[in-house]
Amino acid sequence: MKRAFPIFAVFTAVLLSYAMYEALVAAPTEKTMGDVQRIFYYHVPSAWTAFLLFFINFVASVVYLIRRNPIADAIAVVTAEVGVVFCTVVLVTGPLWARPVWGIWWTWDVRLTSTLVLWLIYVSYLMLRRFSSSGQTPVLAAALAVFGALDVPLVYFSIWIFRTQHPQPVIGGGGSIDPRMLRVLLINWAAFLCFAALVCWSRYRLERLQREVEETQALEALLEPRGSR
Amino acid sequence: MNFLYAAYAATWIIHITYLGILVRRYTRLRSEIEELKKR
Repeated sequence: MKRAFPIFAVFTAVLLSYAMYEALVAAPTEKTMGDVQRIFYYHVPSAWTAFLLFFINFVASVVYLIRRNPIADAIAVVTAEVGVVFCTVVLVTGPLWARPVWGIWWTWDVRLTSTLVLWLIYVSYLMLRRFSSSGQTPVLAAALAVFGALDVPLVYFSIWIFRTQHPQPVIGGGGSIDPRMLRVLLINWAAFLCFAALVCWSRYRLERLQREVEETQALEALLEPRGSR
Repeated sequence: MNFLYAAYAATWIIHITYLGILVRRYTRLRSEIEELKKR
């Protein structure tokens, strides 16, 4: 298991480099938008990865609410934190793509606003975990995560339901995509999924270690004779 | 092209910053563990 992590890290680094080469060099240039369309290969896989992490967070939160399993709670914290990082990438790369294509950085349409709300919900979740010292914090956070997850389908399906500035989905929607572009998109998604798994793995180890230290400190404080501090 | 490079750079700045935060947390935790071992 100790050797698996560096091997997986090297594999992910190679895959990310190859995916970047495919996105910047090998993928065909889009006719209308030109080279700036290549932001798509980072923007869309980051969004899909964030959605997947928030879905895992939802499942882990439900498991925690039912069984009070600390491993499920740790998985929920980890996936929420890494999901927020990927969602931040989406919210930063989106305006950088919108400015040259739409002529504006931001518009308050349903897709963009619901993505911002999603980010704010999970940032609130992390702030609750960070600053609340109540014993009920994991339960409250799990309940918040369940409500937060309800925003994910709204973000995803908003472009089907509402008229928005955001383009239609290229897969499963009304849009179409060049097979060479689809290949590059999927390579980049695979690379980002491996990267997310690697970061989650590290963060999970850190979370477990942190909990062990907190438990030891709490035990030590209990065993310490009164007035010795 | 500037927007393209800005988007790619921003993505990696965000990820590297987060990894830096994780490393800092891990270092702090290691020092706490060392302190606990000394007691």
